[in-house]
Amino acid sequence: MLRLEKRPVPSRAWTVATPVLAVLLTMVAGGVMFQLLGKDPFVAIRTIFWDPVFGEFAWYFRGQLLVKAGPLILIAVGLSMGFRAGIWNIGAEGQYIIGAICGAAVGLAFYPLEAWFIFPLMVIAGGLGGWAWAMIPALLKTRFRTNEILVSLLLVYVAEQLLAAMALGRLRNPEGGGFPGSRNLSQYPSAANLELIPGTGMHWGVVAAFVAVIFGYILLQRHVLGYQIRLAGQAPRAARFGGVNPNRLVVFCLGLSGALAGLAGMFEVAGPAGQISIDFNSGYGFTAIIVAFLGRLDPLGILLAGLLMALTYIGGENAQSNLGLPSAAIQAFQGMLLFFLLALDLLSNFRVRLATRKVKT
Amino acid sequence: MDRRTLIAGMAALGLAGPTFAQQDTVKAGFIFVGPIGDGGWTFEHNRARLAVEDHFGAKVTTVFQESVPEGADAERAITQMALGGADIIFTTSFGYMDPTLNVAKKFPKVKFEHATGFKRADNLSTYSARFYEGRAIEGVIAGRMTKTNRIGYIGSFPIPEVIRGINSAYLHAKKVNPDVEFNIIWAYTWFDPAKEADAAKALIEQGNDVIIQHTDSTAPQAAAEAKGNVITFGQASDMAEYAPMPRVSSIIDNWAPYYIARVQAVMDGTWESTDTWDGIGAGMVGIGEISDAVPAEVKAEALALKDSIASGAYHPFTGPINKQDGSPWLAAGEVADDGTLAGLNFYVEGIKGDIPN
Repeated sequence: MLRLEKRPVPSRAWTVATPVLAVLLTMVAGGVMFQLLGKDPFVAIRTIFWDPVFGEFAWYFRGQLLVKAGPLILIAVGLSMGFRAGIWNIGAEGQYIIGAICGAAVGLAFYPLEAWFIFPLMVIAGGLGGWAWAMIPALLKTRFRTNEILVSLLLVYVAEQLLAAMALGRLRNPEGGGFPGSRNLSQYPSAANLELIPGTGMHWGVVAAFVAVIFGYILLQRHVLGYQIRLAGQAPRAARFGGVNPNRLVVFCLGLSGALAGLAGMFEVAGPAGQISIDFNSGYGFTAIIVAFLGRLDPLGILLAGLLMALTYIGGENAQSNLGLPSAAIQAFQGMLLFFLLALDLLSNFRVRLATRKVKT
Repeated sequence: MDRRTLIAGMAALGLAGPTFAQQDTVKAGFIFVGPIGDGGWTFEHNRARLAVEDHFGAKVTTVFQESVPEGADAERAITQMALGGADIIFTTSFGYMDPTLNVAKKFPKVKFEHATGFKRADNLSTYSARFYEGRAIEGVIAGRMTKTNRIGYIGSFPIPEVIRGINSAYLHAKKVNPDVEFNIIWAYTWFDPAKEADAAKALIEQGNDVIIQHTDSTAPQAAAEAKGNVITFGQASDMAEYAPMPRVSSIIDNWAPYYIARVQAVMDGTWESTDTWDGIGAGMVGIGEISDAVPAEVKAEALALKDSIASGAYHPFTGPINKQDGSPWLAAGEVADDGTLAGLNFYVEGIKGDIPN
């Protein structure tokens, strides 16, 4: 018989090894699924994991990996701070939308003026917008003890309605022939978040993501606030005795994750997406939650997890159009990855023992 | 190596002037907004893709990607197809407009075809169907069939294409039944069975006994069937599995002839950037079998209207028509021009409620 024994401290070796093992197991299980769908599993796995990075068109897809991973990492780093402290911001998608709307609105307000200060103002507006949207659940929680999970999540749907209203109303392109959607910001030089070096995918949002990873790391490891965050998550009572103000922590964590999500939205709308449209948001705010956990709530881990997630998206798209795999199979494949990762978490926290049968006396 | 083969080699590499225009094989790519099994919009585009394969056999290969979000992801999906060697790429949703244009700029030799948009380039055509012609026929049937005089309409997004459909259906329902009233719900999605079902149920509960949908799934049909005594129309695809009730007829998008013609043009080297907007007459819009749930005289009336639209004798937007605020739009006998119709963003007189903005 197998028996599970809780480890006093999560195993460091397993914490590092499980993500790798999870990827390998996903390849095996996914390969079986692809085989059942009548595709060559080796070709499919190669198309998903290898071709985007080393294949014929890697020069294009490597850049796209950064474009796709950038917002995921930026949002996930912010979320991970709160998650560590037991503060659950599930509404990053909404903060992302509001950041995009605010950033785009500032840019469009100046149209067609060309000036250096427009883009920085948009960045500030985007961050503030996301921050303000996250302050709603923060204040409701600190004042009225409402549940931030529910409030932040429901505000996503409010933000989506606002987005539709903006795309159809105030921000609609007056030269768009009555169609919804704003002017294309990527065609307005002062507001465009273009690639810094053409063809690399590096835009300001990706830069911001890397900066966030570094600052997140420093904050957690070197700063007293990071210590308080970790303490509040691991031992809430001890934290309170230790002088941590839980309300301040709620406001800080929600504010930070909101601001970063808002920034991500702003960089996206001014760059890769280009315009405010009715369905501008494509789930980055939710996927970032997965990325945060996949990365073990650790900034460096999130960096890798974001890139891996982006790889499954881009490789998955390639598999769809090159191999004719249905998109549902790709989603199932991504689901397997998460399943194995979470299931294998068991190994970090528990020890598997062969139970010695005790003889009744 | 003689001179001729050298030039041919250079042309093949794209080094010498205009490349040989004719080609023996064509790779056609398709970008779909929904899953190919949606039973509606994407289903029909995919059926046309299969028709292209059938028609050309080994000379044409097709690739497709389904459920592509509109936005930055679409640009990558289209680029990926162009990199993969597609000669012609059909992007089949309005939201792919700017991404298609961006990719078209980067791949001047690849031909692009964008459905329902208005931005064109030397290597980017647009095409759409005059679905509002089919809506006129639905309007007649709806106006005659309703007992509560309340007709529910599930809109996707308040864009001109959808508003044209609402106006056309309303005008023709009103013509045969002056008491008719339209109740419009905006789903803000092209394909979301749960949302569409909710919208249909809400409309049915409000006493609407006709449901017209401008979304792509069969969920509203199922909701109407569960209720009974509510009629619907198949959208984009025939949805014949819900006939004879609730589905009494349908608008069928038939993209196959267009896709075959365009792929042929690439093969012949005669492809040019065009703006196509065809209707019932050209066969791009089909009217599904009107079921026996519809009385014979109503069926005859609907078919007569279909014939007069198909022959060009009648245009669904023929004046006198006023705008919602009562101001005149079309004088008696005046026919709406395509430019106005393409950007239509107002309701006609009699429709209640505002277009969301």
